[in-house]
Amino acid sequence: MLRRSLGAALALGVTLMASGASAQQRDLTVVSWGGAYQDAQREIFFRPFQQQTGSRLLEETWDGGVGVLRAKIQSGANNWDVVQVESEELLLGCEEGLFEKMDFAAIGGRESFIPEAVHECGVGNILYSFVLAYDKARIADGPRNWADFFDTTRFPGKRALRRGPKVTLEIALLADGVPPGEVYRLLATNAGVDRAFRKLDALKANIVWWERGSQPAQLLASGEVAMTNAYNGRITAANQNDGRNFGIAWANNLFTLDSWVVMKGSPNRQRALDFIKFVSQPQLQAQLPPRIPYGPTARGAQDGLPAAVLANLPTTPANAEGALQISDKFWLDNLDKLTQRFNNWVSK
Amino acid sequence: MKAPRILLSRVLLWGTGLLVILFLLAPVLVVLPLSFSSGAFLFYPLPGLSLRWYADFWASDFWLPALWNSLRVGAGASLVAGTLGTLAAFGLWRAPFPGKTLVMAVLLAPMVVPAIIVAVALLLAFGPLGLTNSFTGLVLGHAALGAPFVVVTVLAALQQFDAVQLRAAAACGASPATAFRRVCLPQILPGVAAGAVFAFATSLDEVAVALFIAGPAQRTLPRQMFSGLNDSISLTIMAAAMVLVVISVLLLAAVTLLQRRRAP
Amino acid sequence: MAAALVAPLLLFLLAVFVLPIGAFLLRGVEERDVAPVLPRSTAALAAWNGAGLPDEAAFAALIEDLREARARDQESGAGSIARASARLNADWPGFRSLLPMTARRVAAGTEGPAREALIGISEDWGTPIPWAAIRRAGGPYSDFNLLAVLDLKRDAAGAIGAAPEQERIFRAILWRTLWIGALATLICLALGYPLAWLIATAPPRLAPLLLGGVLLPFWTSLIVRTAAWTVLLQREGVVNAALAALRLTEGPLPLLYNRGAVLLAMVHILLPFMVLPIYASLKALDWRLPRAALSLGASPLRAFLRVSLPLSLPGVGAGCLLVFIQALGFYVTPALLGGANDQMVPYFVAFYASRTVNWGMAAALSLLLLAAVALVVALYGRLVGFGKVRTA
Repeated sequence: MLRRSLGAALALGVTLMASGASAQQRDLTVVSWGGAYQDAQREIFFRPFQQQTGSRLLEETWDGGVGVLRAKIQSGANNWDVVQVESEELLLGCEEGLFEKMDFAAIGGRESFIPEAVHECGVGNILYSFVLAYDKARIADGPRNWADFFDTTRFPGKRALRRGPKVTLEIALLADGVPPGEVYRLLATNAGVDRAFRKLDALKANIVWWERGSQPAQLLASGEVAMTNAYNGRITAANQNDGRNFGIAWANNLFTLDSWVVMKGSPNRQRALDFIKFVSQPQLQAQLPPRIPYGPTARGAQDGLPAAVLANLPTTPANAEGALQISDKFWLDNLDKLTQRFNNWVSK
Repeated sequence: MKAPRILLSRVLLWGTGLLVILFLLAPVLVVLPLSFSSGAFLFYPLPGLSLRWYADFWASDFWLPALWNSLRVGAGASLVAGTLGTLAAFGLWRAPFPGKTLVMAVLLAPMVVPAIIVAVALLLAFGPLGLTNSFTGLVLGHAALGAPFVVVTVLAALQQFDAVQLRAAAACGASPATAFRRVCLPQILPGVAAGAVFAFATSLDEVAVALFIAGPAQRTLPRQMFSGLNDSISLTIMAAAMVLVVISVLLLAAVTLLQRRRAP
Repeated sequence: MAAALVAPLLLFLLAVFVLPIGAFLLRGVEERDVAPVLPRSTAALAAWNGAGLPDEAAFAALIEDLREARARDQESGAGSIARASARLNADWPGFRSLLPMTARRVAAGTEGPAREALIGISEDWGTPIPWAAIRRAGGPYSDFNLLAVLDLKRDAAGAIGAAPEQERIFRAILWRTLWIGALATLICLALGYPLAWLIATAPPRLAPLLLGGVLLPFWTSLIVRTAAWTVLLQREGVVNAALAALRLTEGPLPLLYNRGAVLLAMVHILLPFMVLPIYASLKALDWRLPRAALSLGASPLRAFLRVSLPLSLPGVGAGCLLVFIQALGFYVTPALLGGANDQMVPYFVAFYASRTVNWGMAAALSLLLLAAVALVVALYGRLVGFGKVRTA
């Protein structure tokens, strides 16, 4: 009896193991930011790549944080191959050895990208801004700058901010009247960080925290919040695709870029590089801004774009004026420390 | 004098009870018809009826594979949990043995340990073994969570089984294994099946473990819904909810039938 | 023979349940991130008494350790310095920048005595604080994480005291978890008892229908019910649209992402776990007893309080136990329906495990949660006993 049942259990185990082993040869897994943005990526990049190579591509969605990448590598259970990361995740992860070194020869050479996009561990794929967004259908005479964002008497209603210290602390200081050039000098001091949190304290009861890039547009659309900070592209996309009438205040927008990285020890390294090469073709990258206005990183991709599309890009001079470039270097040194303080502050 | 007061208390009881049942049923029943909307809004009145969200469910790269994954993992988990759980329940029922209370505590522990703890523990344990990002790992994890339900259900079924029959079978020369298979198993089969259904339902409902140890190729339907609710709420999620509810109703019907067979 | 039949499942659960959880919980007291990176430093600091600065040997050891670790990291990509600084940073915020920065600088070369060299890189090395943190993390075991989840911390001399004000969050989170769990249990009891009573006393034709009204939601997936509440309660959701259509509200109400939404959904999800055991115990009740009390002249209220209620208490106890224990472990529902202030212990377990790779804190919080569950189960066993737990 026992022998037979153990035998059966063993046989079952072996069959299952066999099916598990076949799952080890996994498909290329690409991780991006979800929502309208990833929908656009899927149509412009992912599907054509699958069609051209005839191999399956799996998608994942994440909402950032270098800790997620550390957890993937350190649990020994990494299942991601190519990830779209923010700039300070690129620096931190590269320093900690979470990513493979980027093999530029395999993806078309350094010179085929704009200089800002080239990094030891990754290659830039979009340029974008965090902007102040609101719904024109609800606020006719909209806010103009971050100070208005904190002004709940003139503009009643909730505000949405991204959960995390990055961008949030900068916005708090900008709203407190700090000029863009001074923000990081101030944030490097304890007094500056205290000042930022004090400013946020005043607004805290009115803040809804978002984590995914798709949430701000939804929060605005549903009227859950009166204003939000958001990726500029999602806001324009909501206007174009969902018939919204959202407004953007470009004053002191926070400017940065995202990159593709290949996770350390990925069994799909070669296909990952093939993928990055494929999606870095200028004529393909040029298809993204009309759908969702993020700036391309491949040389020549922006050249043929119509003026109407350029007007919504963060790289257009009128929009870039007064913009603050998010400092990777500052966040490389301070992200963990400030994240801890921010999390404690939020959970109180 | 007394009769009206008793009548009043009956009316109050029925009123409260029916309100509570309404509270239990209404949320899901109110929300599900939205999945037949021809528009994209999450409220009434519906602009019109259509099956577009089901078409979306059917055509997308995510939902149908997720449903398929859920069914596969659920079937695997209920097979493992059903087999091991039935044997264990039979053993527990047959005879006392030293340490039985402790063993029972271990067998039932998955019912009370919060799923998130199991999820993180399995992530760390399965990672180095190559069991994360695999169907095997997910099946093993879900089988552990479902096994106690099988044990409890089969034990309940065995309460109704008369042990004398086993001794009679032995007297007729049947080995213990044959006696179990030919005499006992057919009688407790409805209980075993109900236990397996419970294990299946547990797997079908599980989010945390799937979230932590499954890879994108093993994404289950609840996990896909969890990401969907976190990302952008579309009516496709309501279509997926409808699919899950239909499966739940089928499972409930199965268990009810099985229990009726058990107690004629 | 009987034991042999139980063995397969027992071994299976030991392998995929008990051992993994045990190994995970052990991480709450293990120190495995710092000593392998700074072996000489931790050895040198073992002799230091915590007063003043450690001696020159400790400074020299740190320089040597960091040089070696950095060279190893660069080659293998193991990120061991990052991991050590994460652990040390949890003790003293500042390490996340200090240790990698010091490693970069000492790798470039140092001159003169080790003490001056390190203090030249950062004045922090001239205070005992970072050294005490390194010593505390020297391992192999420590109570650092366990103390941290109780908002406690050891000072340089090793005495236990309160953690700095801005790090004190975990007691509040634990109380919040217990409070939400207790509240959900009480509401479930208040709603569930009358319903169970109704089903147990309903005419035989209607009882199965009523029971079905409890079983159907019981079988409906938790994620479906959570999704339903999201759709009902959001700004442009069913409830707000209905209120607006009836002209009951000026503008949409903020119904989602708050404590109320979490409680509502939790009660909705857990209520069947309360109703079913109470129903089972009422069903088994000998109804001649309360009737006898009535005929002996007791008022209906008195008959209920003195006869029926005590006889149904095992069901009440089982229901409360099931609901409360499950409530403590709720993760998905608060994560989707609650705001930042409504998250319970399980959320922070997930947070430390998946977002900050702090397995130690995740494990210590899990231990706290399991202790709470075990306490409740033990208390129940003491008060009611397990012979009577019967779930439908």
